Amino acid sequence: MAKKQEAYEDIPGTWVFDAQRARQGYHLNQFLYSLMKAENRKEFLADERKYLLKFPMTEEQREAVMQRAWNRLLELGGVSYALAKLAFTDGKSYQFMASQMVGVPEKDYVDMMLKGGRSVEGWRSKKERGEA
Amino acid sequence: MAKIVAGVGTSHTPAIGAALDNGKSGEPYWAPVFKGYEKAKEWMARTKPDVVIMIYNDHVNAFDFKIIPTFAIGCGAEFPIADEGWGPRPVPVVKGHPELASHIVQSLVLDEFDMTIVNELQVDHGLTVPMSLLFGQPKEWPARVIPLAVNVVQYPAPTGHRCYMLGKAIKKAIESWDEDLKVVIFGTGGLSHQIQGPRAGLVNTKFDTDFLDDLSRNPQRLVDLPPLEYLRDAGNEAIEMVMWLTMRGALGHKVEEVYRFYHVPASSTAVGSIILEAR
Repeated sequence: MAKKQEAYEDIPGTWVFDAQRARQGYHLNQFLYSLMKAENRKEFLADERKYLLKFPMTEEQREAVMQRAWNRLLELGGVSYALAKLAFTDGKSYQFMASQMVGVPEKDYVDMMLKGGRSVEGWRSKKERGEA
Repeated sequence: MAKIVAGVGTSHTPAIGAALDNGKSGEPYWAPVFKGYEKAKEWMARTKPDVVIMIYNDHVNAFDFKIIPTFAIGCGAEFPIADEGWGPRPVPVVKGHPELASHIVQSLVLDEFDMTIVNELQVDHGLTVPMSLLFGQPKEWPARVIPLAVNVVQYPAPTGHRCYMLGKAIKKAIESWDEDLKVVIFGTGGLSHQIQGPRAGLVNTKFDTDFLDDLSRNPQRLVDLPPLEYLRDAGNEAIEMVMWLTMRGALGHKVEEVYRFYHVPASSTAVGSIILEAR
C-alpha cells in the first residue's frame, strides 16, 4: 500500500526532504557528506565516476551528480545542505547553486534577493498554478 | 538559584559569518546587517550572562545521516568549530558547562523529553554565527555555552508546540540549579527563506513581522502554527523558526521586547533578531 499524498507535496518548486526521500537519498547524502574532507574532494574531482562507485547509490543519482543536475538531485533524495558541499567542491557559492535550481544567472538571483526576494504570491500551491 | 533572564532570537545565516571573518562587514551589502545588531551587542555587553543555552540546528556537519536526533544536548567541556567545507571559522573554541548540561539532561528526561546526549560535538554556523552577532569578535567567548541541537533538516521537525514545551522544561531545569547563574537562551534560524528548488529565494516579510509581533503579543498562535504553514508561506527552510519557540517557552508568561531588527537580504534569507526580557 502506498502512502497517501501529503499536503506539503502541493507546494510548488519544492522537494520537502521527508522520511521517504531521506531513505531514498541516504547513500547520495553520505557521499555528499564525505566531501567535507579535503582529501575526498581531491579524489572525487580526479575521477568522479570512480569515486561515486564507492557509494551504493543508484546509477540515476550518480548521473545527476556528474551533471550537477541540482533539482534532479533534490528529487532523488539529496538535501540542500549536503548538496552545498558539492557546490563548494566546485568552488561555487551557495547562491550559485540556488540560482541554478531557479534556472537564472547568478546575478539575476542576487538582484532578486536585493529587491526583497521572491514573493509567496502565486507560489503557494501547485493546484493554483495548474501544475497538479 | 540559576535564572533565565532573557531570550534572544536571531537568524544564523552562514554568509553573515563569512562576511565578518573576511573583513567585509563594512561593505554596502553587509553594513546594514551589522549596524542593525549594534544595539543587541550593547545589550549583551551590559547583560553579561554566565551561561548561554543555544537552541540551534546542525546543517549536516556534526551529524551525517547515520543518526538523526530530534533533540541533542552537548554535555562536553569544549565544542570545536566544524570545518563545513572551507575550513573552520576563525572564532574561539566554544566552552561548555558539563555540570549544568548534565543536570538539564536529567531534568528534561524526567519531564518526558527523550534527549540525545552528545559528549563530543563540533558546532557549525548555526551556533557560531549567533555568537558572533551578539558577542562580536573576542579572543575568548565571555560566556559558557550549552548547545541544544534540533533536527530541522529531515521533515518533520518537532512541532512548534513540542519546542515550546521543551522551553518550559528547560526553565524548570535551570531554576532547580542551586547556584547563582545568569542565563540567556537563544532561539536561532530563519526568518523566512527557501534555499532549494525553483522556489528558492522566497521571503515573506508579513509572515516574519507577524511572527516577531506574536512572540510577545500572542505566542499561543505561534505554538499552534502547523509545519505546513511555515513551509508553504515562509519557505522550506523557515521551519527553523520553531526553535525560537523553545526560547519563548523558557521565558515564562510575561516578557518585554527590548530590541528588534529585520532586514532583507543576507544571501537567501530574511534576517531577523529580537530580545525578550523575562518579567
